[in-house]
Amino acid sequence: MTARQAFWRGYLDCAPFILIVVPYSMLFGVVARDAGLDILQTMSMSILVIAGASQFTALALLQDQAPVFIALFAALAVNLRMAMYSAALVPHLGHARLGTRALMAYLMVDQAFAVAVKTYEDRPEMTPDTKVAYYFGAMMLICPIWYACTLLGAVLGQAIPESWSLDFAVPICFIALTAPLLRSLSHVVAALTSCAMAIAFAWVPWSLGLFIAAIIAMIVGAQTELFLRRRKACAS
Amino acid sequence: MIDNTTFWTLTIALGLGTFAIRFSFLGLLGGRELPEWALLHLRYVGVAVFPALFTPLVLWPDATDGDMDPVRIIAAIAAFLVGLRGSVIGAIIAGMGTFYALAFIL
Repeated sequence: MTARQAFWRGYLDCAPFILIVVPYSMLFGVVARDAGLDILQTMSMSILVIAGASQFTALALLQDQAPVFIALFAALAVNLRMAMYSAALVPHLGHARLGTRALMAYLMVDQAFAVAVKTYEDRPEMTPDTKVAYYFGAMMLICPIWYACTLLGAVLGQAIPESWSLDFAVPICFIALTAPLLRSLSHVVAALTSCAMAIAFAWVPWSLGLFIAAIIAMIVGAQTELFLRRRKACAS
Repeated sequence: MIDNTTFWTLTIALGLGTFAIRFSFLGLLGGRELPEWALLHLRYVGVAVFPALFTPLVLWPDATDGDMDPVRIIAAIAAFLVGLRGSVIGAIIAGMGTFYALAFIL
């Protein structure tokens, strides 16, 4: 696979997420205008942050008159999961130049991370350069749509009725990201742990429960894999 | 109404902070080899994070003020079952399709 082919492969592999990114970014535009932001403010937030969940969190808290540092802290807590993405991408993309890594960091969103890592693991023959090209291909589709549909939502605003329930696109997106990742028993165990821990730690403020649940699920998944490997070694 | 200074302070700080989180390991570790135990755990990042994100959104959606909504739960299960067959687009269509169909019928 050449770098050019890898780029377009990434572009196409991310295409299904247009169905999600369109309603989600429009929803942000609508909600932001509703909260009293002007179009410049709405767009600045989407471009500077590109992390939907944290943008919604920050807006909701500001609207509730929470102090700035609380809104900031809560929104950053929602984004802490991306430190885990950042680490998981090191073995695949860490070789790139510093400037390239900075650009990849800016563009790091859930969909691109999930699609890229799955492809890297399915195709270990990919060269470091094609991995980078693939990553940019994946983001080159999502990112412009994210900006454009935020703008569309901000301009259309109240024309989009609440009964469309655009918010439901978000959990559906993460379900669609999770299901193809369940490729072994230990992955299934990790995912079930994650669900259970998210419920158990739902009471933790500022979405930190998500982070706790993810760490526990990661450890449980890794330990399950080690256990299964040991048992296999004993049996043979 | 959100005050102008408050908004820009928050947005710029959130932008910088989010970038720092995203850049963290990828930026600072660069091409260094990670130890085996770290690689082992990092293989589970996706399956550890995504279910923790969608579980509360399905069970206690903001749109219903946190009340459980059977339509959303059934639609989520439909998306998951189709997703298991490996199709992302199928999962999305099954999830949203079931959601709108049930919401329309009920």
